[in-house]
Amino acid sequence: MVIDLKVEVRLFATFREGREKKYFLDMPEGSRVIDLLDMLKIPAEEVSILLLNGRDGDAMRILDESDVVAVFPPVGGG
Amino acid sequence: MYGYCGRVIRINLTDGSIKKEVLDLEKAKKYIGARGLGVKTFIDEVDPKVDPFSEENKFIIAGGPLTGAPVPTSGRYMVVTKSPLTGTIAISNSGGKWGAEFKFAGYDMMILEGKAKKPIYINIVDDVVEIMDAVEVWGKVVSETTDYLKGIHGDKSKVLCIGPGGEKLSLMSAVMNDVDRAAGRGGVGAVLGSKNVKAIVVRGTNKVALADEEKTKKVSSDKTGILMKDPVAGSGLPTYGSAVLVNIINENGILPVRNFQKSYSDEADKVSGETLTEKYLVKKNPCYRCPIACGRWVKLDDGTECGGPEYETLWSFGPDCDVYDLNAVDVANMLCNEYGLDTISVGATIAAAMELYQRGYIKDEEIEADGVSLNWGDAEAMVAWTKKIGLREGFGDNMADGSYRLCESYGVPEYSMTVKKQELPAYDPRAVQGHGITYAVNNRGGCHIKGYMISPEILGYPEKLDRFADEGKAAYAKVFHDLTAVIDSLGLCIFTTFGLGLPDYVDMYNAVVGEEHDNESLLRAGDRIWTLEKLFNLKAGLTKADDTLPKRLLEEPIAEGPSKGNVHHLKVLLPEYYSVRGWDENGLPTDETLRNLGLEEYIGYIEK
Repeated sequence: MVIDLKVEVRLFATFREGREKKYFLDMPEGSRVIDLLDMLKIPAEEVSILLLNGRDGDAMRILDESDVVAVFPPVGGG
Repeated sequence: MYGYCGRVIRINLTDGSIKKEVLDLEKAKKYIGARGLGVKTFIDEVDPKVDPFSEENKFIIAGGPLTGAPVPTSGRYMVVTKSPLTGTIAISNSGGKWGAEFKFAGYDMMILEGKAKKPIYINIVDDVVEIMDAVEVWGKVVSETTDYLKGIHGDKSKVLCIGPGGEKLSLMSAVMNDVDRAAGRGGVGAVLGSKNVKAIVVRGTNKVALADEEKTKKVSSDKTGILMKDPVAGSGLPTYGSAVLVNIINENGILPVRNFQKSYSDEADKVSGETLTEKYLVKKNPCYRCPIACGRWVKLDDGTECGGPEYETLWSFGPDCDVYDLNAVDVANMLCNEYGLDTISVGATIAAAMELYQRGYIKDEEIEADGVSLNWGDAEAMVAWTKKIGLREGFGDNMADGSYRLCESYGVPEYSMTVKKQELPAYDPRAVQGHGITYAVNNRGGCHIKGYMISPEILGYPEKLDRFADEGKAAYAKVFHDLTAVIDSLGLCIFTTFGLGLPDYVDMYNAVVGEEHDNESLLRAGDRIWTLEKLFNLKAGLTKADDTLPKRLLEEPIAEGPSKGNVHHLKVLLPEYYSVRGWDENGLPTDETLRNLGLEEYIGYIEK
């Protein structure tokens, strides 16, 4: 049986171009972070910083219920 | 002589004498220029125990050998003086166009001594240097001062000045140039104010002489190419400015909210770089010869166009005060530029006042006459306090000398989020250990820019480090501190590190000045500069006890959000930092370290 997981994806900077700022998605159990990126047509190589629940995340990690994924292109300042 | 101009202006404001001196080239090269040369000159001439507002304090402005040279981001100059805010050495730099123009007039450095009897300004046109009456501009805000002086001396002149903040000796006052660029930190504007110097106008028509024109052209083109190809320097910063950091810092749970009582806000996006770009950005507002162009030009809701806020400013007037009204933040930023105030310290001081009010230290009757609240999130009040600080009006007078003195006056200095009495910038160091050590040991007090560990610990430049880990951070921070001292002393912008590394700076120095440096020697000069600043501070009376963080950041774990549960590990990192610097357990550079850095003359300078 496939159980849907509810996850949140937050997009920033140029990743917002042509996309929403935030998505709440239902993903099949066993989905990985990279599946979210694929769904949103964000090439993994363009991702500079990927945060999973506010900590450095891994695109291959399997998603958990209520995960928050934040995705940034290269950004800097100070 | 290449890169350097070879001339120094020395003005005694007390007797009105103006001298032009020959630059000590050997000294200049040993300390590179700008920050290094300024600090070396200052420590040679001024007793570190001097009262910052006395005639004996001096005010130095210096360009670097690359300032004004045809290499990327070469518009920067450095202010060196004793800070009235921190009691440390003040090293405060700015971009814009003034620094390059000063070099074009033919000078590496200007030393102001004494105190003028009445308000004056200094006008420089190449070889001509004159002291002028400033009665007409005293009291004017920065844009009016700039317009007035350009009206007299021509539109091509570049204007550096103080606003009412500096005139009224606010310890948070900045030296402004080109209307909206600031040597912001350390209260350096108040030192000019104490000397009755309103402005320095400069017009230069020369070029910086180059050791090898062809090589400089090639090196410059190569380095500009690297910057343009870098995704941060070539794309992220030009598109969003430094403001792009709001969201990433918040998502990591290190965006201080309500004077560091929280470290995450679900409203941060309202004051982010993305929102600024979408709703307020008119155009980019670049400094001299800068391909990055992070500076912003914005349109306020009332139609006024002005310089836009940096990341730190968006934070200090925004989340730190729990304010999420971007127009109000833009207005407060504009007011600080007009009054000549440091946006980090002013916003953070308003936030500290709000916490004092929240906790019942500041009573309603104290602010009743002002008719302005100190409630968290009151955007209108935040703007009103900014203005009152600039004018030292009402309770704003109590806030105009920064959060430390304000909180101390209520007997609770621990609510001042400062290091060495200077307000901390927009990153909670409890969950970024290397950045926290930068805060604690910074020679100019609470500051992020003299060793930006956020770069490796959050942004992944030049490599990604674990932000929660202690191991290796002290040594990493030391390299960043030394490299920043190099970049500051060359006269370039720290944002070039988004793309360039030490060998690139060696290439530029050698092409412009002539073959002098390699990687090791240039970085060692940075170490020498940092250590000399430390010696100044030690002689001024600072101790190991000053190399610390606010109690909250050492003892109260972050309450909520992605970085919940963390405190800063100063006890681990401080001894390590002293050790990698070759300093003893009390933070005093050892004789061997001084010898290794070519600072033999300072052996015995500090009594042990």
